[in-house]
Amino acid sequence: MSDTRPDGCALVTGGSRGIGAAVALALAEDGWPVAVNCRVDREGAEGIVAKIEAGGGAAMVAVADVVDAQAVEQMFDDVERWRGPVLVVVNNAGVRADAIVPEIADAAWSSVIDTNLLGPFRITRRAVMPMVRARFGRIINIASVVGERANAGQANYAASKAGLMALSRTTAVEVARRGVTVNAVAPGYVQTELTSDVDPTMSRAIPARRPGTPHEIAACVRFLASSEASYITGTTLVVDGGLTA
Amino acid sequence: MTQTQQTQEKLERLVFDTLESFGAEPAEISREAGLKELDIDSLDMVELGQIIEEEYGVRLTGADFKETRTVGDAIDVIAARVL
Repeated sequence: MSDTRPDGCALVTGGSRGIGAAVALALAEDGWPVAVNCRVDREGAEGIVAKIEAGGGAAMVAVADVVDAQAVEQMFDDVERWRGPVLVVVNNAGVRADAIVPEIADAAWSSVIDTNLLGPFRITRRAVMPMVRARFGRIINIASVVGERANAGQANYAASKAGLMALSRTTAVEVARRGVTVNAVAPGYVQTELTSDVDPTMSRAIPARRPGTPHEIAACVRFLASSEASYITGTTLVVDGGLTA
Repeated sequence: MTQTQQTQEKLERLVFDTLESFGAEPAEISREAGLKELDIDSLDMVELGQIIEEEYGVRLTGADFKETRTVGDAIDVIAARVL
């Protein structure tokens, strides 16, 4: 681990697969001990932990539903006991429940807002002061291009991601003076389980003519988590192959 | 100096030192100094509350400092709770 970083660890929510798994591996490569959070996919999380440990890194499985306030609190206590303050948080856990607005049921609205926005808020609230005290912190929120550009059928998802970007910016200006940066990464179309139902002809609309990969998103997160990104805060890094250019 | 005066002075010293660690100019820190003028914001006050809790075991949050305008106001709020 770099000498400029205080001792601590990283937490990646939804780290058992997709973008989260790629992020966990990338942070571990950069020397961070990584707590790999999952809600139910313990096997997936354990697989990521095993890969990190096989590469000489340190990792643990941290099971918690980000919507469960008590579970989030417990998770932080467990991770802090394991490797000290959580200095990097990647709010990646997210869900979709697509429908056009007249068809979105209350439950489909709340579940998406709760997982994608309330969860990251609670995690940010818990994470921020230890980072402030350590005079180092990195909060990276995985948002989406649909938070800024409309995509019919995703009003709930879009609202949650737009909210996440606003949470990101506001938190950033509150804590910037303490060496804590808060940024969002907005992927376009990335091939993961979350997008397994997306029409493959979607690629024709993308200037890069292909979906992104979890590794390409993880590389951006890795950079934002690094000491080199210390003057980047309150911004959103769009990673979409030119889709919204 | 009485014990009370010593304890009060110790608390004042802790607050002054903490504000300095937050970036306030040491020459400008006094009981009469305005927190805003010292560029002390809400986050600083939350952190001050945590430092006080670590020292005295009494929990203070940003809300406790809502009405404070000067360094002296902050010291008085803390003193009322911990001394």
